[in-house]
Amino acid sequence: MNQISHYILPAVIVLIVGYGIFKKVPVFDCFLEGAKEGLTSSVQILPALIALITAVGMFKASGALDVITYSLRPVANLLHLPQEVIPLAILRPISGSGALVIFQDILQQYGPDSFVGRVASVMQGSTETTFYTIAVYYGATRVQKTRHTLPSALTADIVGFFMSALAVRLLLF
Amino acid sequence: MSWLFTGMLVLSFLFGILNGRMEQVSISAVNDCSNAVTLVIQLTGVMCLWSGLMRIAEASDLTGKLSRLFRPVMTLLFRHLPVDSKAAKAIVMNLTANLLGLGNAATPLGISAMKELEKISPRKGIASNEMAMLVVLNTASLQLIPTTTAALRLSNGSTAPMEILPAVWLASSVSILAGILTAKFLSSRFR
Repeated sequence: MNQISHYILPAVIVLIVGYGIFKKVPVFDCFLEGAKEGLTSSVQILPALIALITAVGMFKASGALDVITYSLRPVANLLHLPQEVIPLAILRPISGSGALVIFQDILQQYGPDSFVGRVASVMQGSTETTFYTIAVYYGATRVQKTRHTLPSALTADIVGFFMSALAVRLLLF
Repeated sequence: MSWLFTGMLVLSFLFGILNGRMEQVSISAVNDCSNAVTLVIQLTGVMCLWSGLMRIAEASDLTGKLSRLFRPVMTLLFRHLPVDSKAAKAIVMNLTANLLGLGNAATPLGISAMKELEKISPRKGIASNEMAMLVVLNTASLQLIPTTTAALRLSNGSTAPMEILPAVWLASSVSILAGILTAKFLSSRFR
């Protein structure tokens, strides 16, 4: 399975360029034109990312996460989530690298094939870094009012966490 | 986002005092803003690569073909968006990259989709329903095979790293559905 995944990226690249040549597109010039635009996008998202990454970093450093984890225990019980995965659930939407570290810790501590390990794996695999995505995507535009984006995205996350525990119970235990 | 930003900063200040971790908070403020720059520099390469490939795919009408293939899904999710618009094509490319697990490609493609959506959005500075829907889809995980997760499971000694697949599919599809429905439902409540 992991072998196949190595094929996807090169195959897609070759497919796009090959099909372009086949259709008599000046592929190299097109590429340069597009890449120039990529450079602009990169500069445009920088301010939003600095704001978000700094805030998330300070938040993690302050130890606020532990306190929130503790206070969210009743909510986790309500959603039938094992307590051990709460830090992952909180960090997953705000920091991709932070979530990866916690995920790794959980796997090491409880084992990947334990109930906790499986729930953490499904959570990690079925959700994305919500705040990062919102910051980057809107950062490239001049949008200031994101309207219902954040509440909808967070609803999807919470449902995803709840479903992770439920799906493991239903399908794997 | 303004509230979220302020909230996180105020909370880190308060908890920094309460936990006696002001030193770490202060260090992180200085370090993490430069980390963001490093991250963007790393991202720039992928961003240029995929923006370039996207331009080729556009010129060869590969995106148009893909877009017509996904027409049923697109009209369901982005009702007021013409299937042949530049925005629709960029969205289809973004969603395809997500499904294939090409997270690095999905971001630049999604960003160009956002820019196209902004061009046709009637109200400047305010997210359109289509923009919100695209972001919600991207904050949920569409990836068919979560390779990073499986690789970490394997390296931690899992006997069956891929056994979580059906559970991941179930959890992510319900989560995406919840996101789509909430976005549809809330779109008329947020002006």
